[in-house]
Amino acid sequence: MARQENKSVADVALQTGNLARTESTTRSKMLARMRLGDKSFHHITRAAAIIVLVIFGGVMFSLVFGSIPAIKTFGFDFLTTQSWNPVTEKFGALAPIYGTIVTSFIAMLIAVPVGLLIAMFITELCPMFLRRPIGIAIELLAGIPSIIYGIWGLFVLAPFLQATLQPFLIGAFGNIPILSSIFEGPPYGIGVLTASLILAIMVLPFITSISCDVFEAVPPVLKEAAYGVGCTTWEVVRYVVLPYTRVGVIGGVMLGLGRALGETMAVTFVIGNAHKISASLIAPGTTISATIANEFTEAVGKVYTSSLIALGLILFVITFIVLACARLMLARMDRRSGA
Amino acid sequence: MSLYARRRRRNILAKGLAFAGTAFGLGWLALILGVLFYEGVSGLSLAVFTEMTPPPGSAGGLLNAIVGSLIMTVLAVLIGTPIGILAGTYLAEYGRHDRLSTIVRFINDILLSAPSIVIGLFIYEVMVAPMGHFSGWAGAVALAVIVIPVVVRTTEDMLNLVPNALREAAASIGMPRSIAIRNISYRAARAGMITGVLLAVARISGETAPLLFTALNNQFWSANLHAPMPSLPVVIFQFALSPYKDWQNLAWTGALIITMSVLVLSITARALAAKSRSS
Repeated sequence: MARQENKSVADVALQTGNLARTESTTRSKMLARMRLGDKSFHHITRAAAIIVLVIFGGVMFSLVFGSIPAIKTFGFDFLTTQSWNPVTEKFGALAPIYGTIVTSFIAMLIAVPVGLLIAMFITELCPMFLRRPIGIAIELLAGIPSIIYGIWGLFVLAPFLQATLQPFLIGAFGNIPILSSIFEGPPYGIGVLTASLILAIMVLPFITSISCDVFEAVPPVLKEAAYGVGCTTWEVVRYVVLPYTRVGVIGGVMLGLGRALGETMAVTFVIGNAHKISASLIAPGTTISATIANEFTEAVGKVYTSSLIALGLILFVITFIVLACARLMLARMDRRSGA
Repeated sequence: MSLYARRRRRNILAKGLAFAGTAFGLGWLALILGVLFYEGVSGLSLAVFTEMTPPPGSAGGLLNAIVGSLIMTVLAVLIGTPIGILAGTYLAEYGRHDRLSTIVRFINDILLSAPSIVIGLFIYEVMVAPMGHFSGWAGAVALAVIVIPVVVRTTEDMLNLVPNALREAAASIGMPRSIAIRNISYRAARAGMITGVLLAVARISGETAPLLFTALNNQFWSANLHAPMPSLPVVIFQFALSPYKDWQNLAWTGALIITMSVLVLSITARALAAKSRSS
């Protein structure tokens, strides 16, 4: 009788047909089978978790392995020379590295203040009924593929800049000693400045949505107390919200920076793919990812392919450092708001 | 009084900037979507879905590219989802606090936002170079590598939301852990986990960089996974940079199709997530 009761409890609990068929099996056999199933499921899930590590290790290893010929041929000079000549097989990564850093830097210069202002608007100023729609819209925009931004940049933004902003900048700063070299040359439309603008528009939703998240983590009591002693909205944001969320905001910004550094399609369309470092922001340039995207399938010869893979390795290492910092900072923020 | 006036002025200035910044930021994004619709809708016709990509200078459609994208996306999800769900299960259930999970979580977050072109290089090195030719399989695997971190992350987050009381109740009636996970945790977190898969599909449906040198492209109808395979993003890339007006128009239409599918996917995912949270 007791045994029958046990069985029916197991039936209800398991709700699986095959384990309920216990008329002929003994209780111990069934338990052994459960233990085996439990153990194997444990091991399968752990194997899957390890696959994630294997993928990461595989990416690292294959990039290092693939770039060995380039490292052997050029050594450390690869990082410090800017010649990129497929005919003589002389390659240096300086121009793409420079382009990657400059475009990302300008993009962040624009996107960070604007993103923070939008986050301030959404969390402090926006009427309640608008808050959710705007928040959702920004999150949806963060999901739009970068190729869309790229095609828009190529067909709309570049011609527009060529006709308006670039001639204006050339004219306005043409006679001022240092600025004239920053805005030197004919207005092509495509170039470093255009790529930076596209990147800025692209990372804006990321930075905004992360900033909103961390701004909302500020305990309402803190803000209410500040408002209570008569602080203005700006003072609350500047002296309460920002200091409290500083680590999280920096983490979010670095996450955006990681996106900007590795972004390929939005940049490739409008950067111009010119392997030279020029002081002018309106001149064509290149970035690491744009170089790889443009040239990899056409690369002939071991050294050429290997140089492009070495570029990929450099990009991976840079973004790894930036993203690792970002994650550590966001984790610190989480711990604090959890405590 | 002057201090008061100054504070007020500064506040008004900051508020004004916040309004202006929001208008500026949302304005750009609205402009992009507006142009996309304007340019894309004009090219939208039945031919887009029934004809092959044309040779330069003539009209045609995007059928082979759409089919290629669908095949590779489905394969990528079939490969990536089981691995992602199992790994997420380990992080949330078996190894919630152990050392391995901490490392996997960290690496997974890095992979989540790693440059996708690097994933392309990786798959080129391990699949395309040894096999000696570009292939649809390579493209699908490259996309699967992007799917995995997204699914791992959402699965873990959703399983963490399952109340521990449910797990304890299952343990108290003698249920083995694996059965408790499959029959209780998964059931409670199902909507959220589906959301994760949908988000992953949305993510890969516009990915171009990892396909450029894995699946390459193909101008003709191809369901052969061992040969180069066309895909919508790569066709857009190639057509947009071409000097031919017909190709450029098709690129706009393709861009509209991708954007619409991504938006539909992410809205569905959000609706599902909201529903599961409220229930």
